[in-house]
Amino acid sequence: MISLAGRDILHTWGKFVFTGVGLGLLIGVTLVMAGVYRGMVDDAKVLLDNSGADLWVVQKDTLGPYAESSSINDDLYRSILSLPGVHHAANITYLTMQVHKDEQDVRTMVVGVTAGNLGMTPGWPTYLVAGRQLTRGHYEAVADIATGFKLGDVLKIRRNHYTVVGLTKRMVSSSGDPMVFIPLKDAQEAQFLKDNDAIWQGRYRTEANPAFNRPNVPDLLDAIIASQSTNSYVNAVLVTLKEGYSAADVAQSIQRWKRLTVYTRAQMEGILVGKLIATSAKQIGMFLVILAIVSAAIVAFIIYTLTMDKIREIAVLKLIGTRNRTIASMIMQQAVALGVIGFVVGKITATFSAPFFPKYVLLVPQDTIVGFICVILICIIASLVAIRMAIKVDPAEAIGG
Amino acid sequence: MNSTSLKARTFKLLAVIIPLLALFIYVVLRSGPLAPVAVTLTTIESKPLTPSIFGIGTVASQYTYKLGPILTGRLLHIYVDVGDYVKTGSVLAEMDPIDLDARIFSQQATLKRADATLKEAKIQQAYARTQMQRYKELFDVHSTSEEIATAKRQDFLVSDISLVAAQEDMVRARADLDVLLAQRNSLRLVSPVDGIVTLRNIDSGTTVVAGQSVVEMIDPKSIWINVRFDQIATQGLTQGLLAQIVLRSQKDHLLQGHVVRLEPKADSVTEELLAKITFDALPKPLPPLGELAEVTVDLPPLPAKPTIPNAAVRRNGQTVGVWEIINEKLHFTPIKLGSSDLNGYVQVLEGLNEGSRIVVYSEKALSSKSRIRIVDKIAGTVK
Repeated sequence: MISLAGRDILHTWGKFVFTGVGLGLLIGVTLVMAGVYRGMVDDAKVLLDNSGADLWVVQKDTLGPYAESSSINDDLYRSILSLPGVHHAANITYLTMQVHKDEQDVRTMVVGVTAGNLGMTPGWPTYLVAGRQLTRGHYEAVADIATGFKLGDVLKIRRNHYTVVGLTKRMVSSSGDPMVFIPLKDAQEAQFLKDNDAIWQGRYRTEANPAFNRPNVPDLLDAIIASQSTNSYVNAVLVTLKEGYSAADVAQSIQRWKRLTVYTRAQMEGILVGKLIATSAKQIGMFLVILAIVSAAIVAFIIYTLTMDKIREIAVLKLIGTRNRTIASMIMQQAVALGVIGFVVGKITATFSAPFFPKYVLLVPQDTIVGFICVILICIIASLVAIRMAIKVDPAEAIGG
Repeated sequence: MNSTSLKARTFKLLAVIIPLLALFIYVVLRSGPLAPVAVTLTTIESKPLTPSIFGIGTVASQYTYKLGPILTGRLLHIYVDVGDYVKTGSVLAEMDPIDLDARIFSQQATLKRADATLKEAKIQQAYARTQMQRYKELFDVHSTSEEIATAKRQDFLVSDISLVAAQEDMVRARADLDVLLAQRNSLRLVSPVDGIVTLRNIDSGTTVVAGQSVVEMIDPKSIWINVRFDQIATQGLTQGLLAQIVLRSQKDHLLQGHVVRLEPKADSVTEELLAKITFDALPKPLPPLGELAEVTVDLPPLPAKPTIPNAAVRRNGQTVGVWEIINEKLHFTPIKLGSSDLNGYVQVLEGLNEGSRIVVYSEKALSSKSRIRIVDKIAGTVK
C-alpha cells in the first residue's frame, strides 16, 4: 500500500521542508528560553559547587554572602576551626565590580581566596582551563574565560595591577558575572580601599579635628590615621566538614557557640534559587509559557492551512471512495512529520545559537525530551482541527467550484 | 506523476533530511551533558624544583633620627630642609635661648664673685695663720696670756673653714655655669650621623614641647625593606638568603638583596612573618621611604621528584589528588603534595610515578564517569 502522506509530502517537499524549518526556528527559540531559565538556576548552583564548601558562616541574621552583604572579622575562622567536625575553614570575600584592562572594563565578581593547602582550601577555582593556580600572596589573578581576559593580561582593580596567571570556566556569580580570583589580602584591600582623593581628604578631615590633632600629643594624629586605614573583615567563612559529621549538627554548633548565622548547602541553594533569582526566573518562565502557547497556535494554523491548500485533492480522494480513516491518518502523519522536522531544526539551532548568548544557556536532555513530547502532542491536537475540516468536506467540491 | 520524477523528489527530500538528522545526532551527542569533556594531559616527569617565597614590603630605614629639644621652647632657626645631606655634628636647628644667655652672664658674675670671696678667704686664712704662730711663740716665752694665744688659734681654724666654704662655693658656681652652658648647648639640634633630612616638621617661631621632633633624618646606608610574608608559605625562610626586589616605581628593574633578619615576633593579626631585606647595592637615586616593593626569596633547590602543575591538583570529597589516565579511563589518584614553586609546579611525595599521564586542564569538573576528549589546548584560551 502506498503512503498517501509520503506521496503528498514528496509532491510539495520544498514547501513542506521550509515550513518545517520555519517551525523549527520557533521551537528553537522556545528551547533557548527554557535553556536561559536552566542557565540561571545553574549559575546559582555552580556558584555553590565551585566554592567547594559544606557550610557558609556569615554575619548574624544576614542572608550573606551572595544574597545580602555580610561582614565578619577575619580572625573568626580560627575559632571555627577548633570546633568538632570542621575540616577546613577559609575566609572569603565577594565583591561585584568593574575590572579594568587597558581601555575596556568588564563586570565581574572579584573573589578573595585564602592561601592554603593546594586543593584543600575551599573557595579556590576547582579546575582550570589554562595557566596555573595563584602561588603568590599578592597581585595575581585567575579569571573566568568569559571575562575575555587572557593569560598574562594585566588587570586593574582599584589602584593595584594584577597579572592573569590562570583561566577557568563556568565560575560565575549567581547573576552570571564571571569571577576573578585574587588573593584574600588584596581583595580585602580592594573592598575597602578608597580612591586616593578620598584618602587624602579623609586625612585632612582628621587633621582638622582638634580632638585628634593635639599639639601636646604629637603622635596621636598618626595613630588615628593609621587606625582608619585597616580592614580586617571578610564576607564569609567557608567550612568543609570531616567525614562522618552532619552539616546540620556542625552548623548548629557554630550558630550556638559562635553566635553567627550558618547555612548548609541545601539552605544556600534555597536562598539563591528561591530568593535571589526567583523573580527573574518567574519572568523567564512567563515568557516560556507565552512562547509555548504562540508556538502551538502557529503549528495549528500551519497544519490547518496546509490541509486547506489541498482540500480539492481531499475531495477527489473522497470521491473515489477513500475512507475517512485514511485521510485522517494522512493529515496526522504529515503533522507529526512536520513536528519532527521542526523539533530537529529547533534543537540544532538552539544548540548552535546557545554559546552566542551573553548569559549562560543550559540545554538539558530532560527539557529536550519534554519539548519533543510537547511538540508532537501539539501537532496531533492541531491536526485534529484540520482532520475535522477534511472529513466534513463535500466530495462534490472536487468537481464543482 | 511518473516514477523518475518521484525518485528525484525522494532523493532531494532525503538530501535535506539525512544531513539534518546527522546534524541532530551530532548535536545530541556532542553538546550538553552527554558531550565529552575536553581535557589536556601531561606526563609526569621528575624535575628539581626551586621553591621561592613571595612577599611585599615597604622601603624603610633601619635607623631614623628624630631630633627635638629636651625642654619646651621656641624654635629660633632651622638651617636645613628636606633632602639635605648633613654631616655628623652639623647644627640643623637652634632653639631660642630666651633668658638663658642672661642667666649665663649672671652665673659668670656669680663665679667671679665666688672667686673674689675665695681669694679673700685665702688672705684671711694666711693672716690668721701668721697671727697664730706669732702668739704661739710669744706665749712660749710667756710674753702673752694663754687666752690671747688660744683666741688666735681659734681665729685661724675659723678662717681655714671659711676658705673651704669659699672653695666649695667656687665649685658650685662653676658647676652651675656648666649646667647653663650645657643647656645652652642642647638648644642646638646637632646631627648624630651623616644622613639625609627626611622631615622638617616645624618652622622658626613655633613653640615645641619637650620631646617633639623638629627634624627627622635617616642614615641612607641603613635603608632596607620591611617585608611581610604570609606565614603559610614561609617554610625554609632563613637569614642570608638571596632576594629579588622589584620596586613599584621600577617594575622592570630587578634589584638584588639579602635577608638580613627574620623578626622573632610575627604579626598575629595579619598572620604574616616579618623580615628585613637589605639591598646588595643601594639603588640610585635612593628609593623613597614607604615605597612598595615586591620581594621574592629563592630557597635552595630541592632534589628531583615527580613534579606536576598545580592546575592538575583536584579535590574529590576530602581527598586531594589528580585525575590519572589508566587504561584510557579516568581514575582519581590521591596524592601527597610536597614543596611548590611560584611558577605553579608542585612536587608529589606519594601517589604518582614518573611517566603517569594525568589531566591538567579540563573545561568542566570531572568525575569518574566523565567521557573525555583529549585536546592540546582548551578552546578559547589562546590569544
